[in-house]
Amino acid sequence: MLKGFNRLFALLATSVPSLSSLAQEQKAEAERWGVNMTQGVTEVSQTTYELHMLIFWICVAIGVVVFGVMFYSMWRHRKSKGYKAAQFHESTAVELVWTIVPTIILILMAIPATKTLYDIYDTGEADLDIMITGYQWKWKYDYLGSDVSFFSNLATPRSQIDNLQPKETSYLLEVDEPMVVPVDKKIRFLITANDVIHAWWVPDLAVKKDAIPGFINESWTRIDEPGIYRGQCAELCGKDHGFMPVVVKAVPQAEYDSWLAERAAEAAKMRELTEKTFSFDELFARGEKVYNRTCAACHQPDGQGVPGSFPAIAGSAVATGELEGHLDMVINGSQVNPAMQAFGPQMSEVDLAAVITYQRNAFGNDMGDTVQPIDILNFKNKQ
Amino acid sequence: MAHGPQPGFKRWLYTTNHKDIGSMYLWFSFAMFLLGGCMALVIRAELFEPGLQIVQPEFFNQMTTMHGLIMVFGAVMPAFVGLANWMIPMMVGAPDMALPRMNNWSFWILPFAFTMLASTLFMDGGAPNFGWTFYAPLSTEYAPPSVTFFIFAIHIMGASSIMGAINIIATILNMRAPGMTLMKMPLFVWTWLITAYLLIAVMPVLAGVVTMMLMDIHFGTSFFSAAGGGDPVLFQHVFWFFGHPEVYIMILPAFGIVSAIIPTFARKPLFGYSSMVYATASIAFLSFIVWAHHMFTVGMPIAGELFFMYATMLIAVPTGVKVFNWITTMFRGSMTFETPMLFSIAFVILFTLGGFSGLMLAIAPADFQYHDTYFVVAHFHYVLVPGAIFSITAGVYYWLPKWTGNMYNETMGKVHFWLAFIGLNVTFFPMHFVGLAGMPRRIPDYALQFADFNQIASMGAFLFGAAQIVFLFNVVRTVQGGKKASDEVWDNPEGLEWTVPSPAPYHTFSTPPSVR
Repeated sequence: MLKGFNRLFALLATSVPSLSSLAQEQKAEAERWGVNMTQGVTEVSQTTYELHMLIFWICVAIGVVVFGVMFYSMWRHRKSKGYKAAQFHESTAVELVWTIVPTIILILMAIPATKTLYDIYDTGEADLDIMITGYQWKWKYDYLGSDVSFFSNLATPRSQIDNLQPKETSYLLEVDEPMVVPVDKKIRFLITANDVIHAWWVPDLAVKKDAIPGFINESWTRIDEPGIYRGQCAELCGKDHGFMPVVVKAVPQAEYDSWLAERAAEAAKMRELTEKTFSFDELFARGEKVYNRTCAACHQPDGQGVPGSFPAIAGSAVATGELEGHLDMVINGSQVNPAMQAFGPQMSEVDLAAVITYQRNAFGNDMGDTVQPIDILNFKNKQ
Repeated sequence: MAHGPQPGFKRWLYTTNHKDIGSMYLWFSFAMFLLGGCMALVIRAELFEPGLQIVQPEFFNQMTTMHGLIMVFGAVMPAFVGLANWMIPMMVGAPDMALPRMNNWSFWILPFAFTMLASTLFMDGGAPNFGWTFYAPLSTEYAPPSVTFFIFAIHIMGASSIMGAINIIATILNMRAPGMTLMKMPLFVWTWLITAYLLIAVMPVLAGVVTMMLMDIHFGTSFFSAAGGGDPVLFQHVFWFFGHPEVYIMILPAFGIVSAIIPTFARKPLFGYSSMVYATASIAFLSFIVWAHHMFTVGMPIAGELFFMYATMLIAVPTGVKVFNWITTMFRGSMTFETPMLFSIAFVILFTLGGFSGLMLAIAPADFQYHDTYFVVAHFHYVLVPGAIFSITAGVYYWLPKWTGNMYNETMGKVHFWLAFIGLNVTFFPMHFVGLAGMPRRIPDYALQFADFNQIASMGAFLFGAAQIVFLFNVVRTVQGGKKASDEVWDNPEGLEWTVPSPAPYHTFSTPPSVR
């Protein structure tokens, strides 16, 4: 609590903040004491909110009556006030009343709940389909019917998590690549997972659905206003369950179209890069970034791993052994430890080449070899 | 001819006496309560501020998992079995439990089970880290090697519970004193009889689901792996078919305790005895057909969602009947507020609050927003801490003078109550807020807007923890000595247990009492 005042004070004292950051700060300030469910930005989230409030007020009303009687009784009917106990102990009529009245209230609650549920389950006739795949610990978004497909990783720097740097407003809720969607369009989500069960949740859309390996769940949304909507994984999925946020950026249709075209062009360019020959330094530098984004969660930023859980890269038999074995481990995953996923289908050839080059030459490993994207492609084609 | 216990440690190891075994269950459960509580404090300490300060995510997940397992299987369930051991024979006028040797065995395997479970903390890869609900495949393909020890520990705990349940059913059905008809039994006996049937029905299901995990992990089956033709959601169905009745296993005996205490301190008979019995039976029945409300987001067909939503909402009816009955018992009574009564009243209020949030969670479309957030954490802690823990505490204060022959220190009891009551609410009430505002459960670090309420919750948790030290101190002092209690202890309480001397002799009702 005190920290809030400190932060506000620091903000006023140190520098004149830009207007936008002040506005952001105020919004954050309003959010921090948030006590209720968001009304969200879709029709479904609005109805869900209203349903939630309806049930809440019914509970409050029942509570007032029940506790009212109880507190009245505790006040009036005490021995210290000389109150003599009555001896009544049953009444079928009263029992019937308090069985039937709650039943009627429940039926009244069930009607709007059923209606809302039917709305939420109406996943037909969508304008856009996005496949969402949960991975330990990131999300992959495939825009079905286009070439666009990418991973969305936590972008909050490790130093903020470790309290070495001040935390940004969107701490733990920032990703490198948000899901971009058009407003006013019915978007259908096809939700699955690659390893364990995750759950894709964005409170402002009132969409929460489990991502289950081997099965595809459906959900949908239609966002009314452009904006950035943040959520998190909602099903315990292992070590970094708390570190796989969801960010959805809703934009007008025209902006969405140009974004999609841009992404498709990038994908085409990435395919071209597969043919290119890179220098060692280029690969090493790119590999470091890829490593920190993809590998460091388990193998640790210093390549030392976690004893008993995740093996070290530094001096490992794989990273300092035959190149073939290293390629196989990264591209096809481990045969014995499912935590080591098959990264072949997840990453571009360029990134795979870069990260393998990096691993073979970082953390004291000194193999001196470079791996080119074309080597990766050849390895994949050979299988 | 009654004879005394063996001297020294052998008394406890070889005992077949229901009072000794009851005491051992209660002390064991209190030890587990402190252990599980310390783990909760590690969780709350880490969540005091955003960022990672004290523990890493791997260990945090082990703490949430072990806290849940230890509290459910180590603290709450053995405590109720302990109270059953002590009180059921005395309440029905029986000399002991029906199966005394099995009674000894069902207690003594517990320390081994929990030693095995706790030892996983020191193993390579750490303790189970997949949550107390251990959803596959996180708990199978992706589990640390210690999962096998976890599975065997669960097997042993299950065996212990089943033996305890058989013993209680056999005692209640066969050993009642002449004239003690079923509908004359105290509600604690009734609720335990129904609980025991729930245990016998669902503990084998739990054993089944962990055995399927064992097969998946070691013997190449694929019950829960889609790649081999199995289904991860099957795990959840089987688990919650056990899990939902399990939460009633942890609350029905509590209903019984409170139904004994409130009439005593209101000096007025329990209102609606027979409706209490029927409501308990209804809740037990409903507990078998609502399990999938824990799984509203797994993608069930809408017919399934609707069925489980309606069935779950129905539970509010018999639960409401119980609450109304307790309040009507208090109404126009002549109340005093000794420690057991304070805990019982707090039970009624706070359990009802937990019931309200339960009703909200039952509404499937709203549950899509609540599911797996701190709102759920707030909900089940509101039903379990004031529900199970407060009622057990109330029961201990209520019967302690009968067990020891000494009155506990009333002032210290009241201090304990108010510390625990304030601590509990400061800890768990803000969790409703952060949950609704969007904080997922089981995360070691959180976004900044949740910081303030988490800080408050953490402070409450330490207060609640401190309150238990007062409890321990008070109980130890009472065991050692204190003001002598009369045979009745309280002001004209109902029940056979108050007809025997205080402290209750080692053997009671060697000849059955007559019940009018």
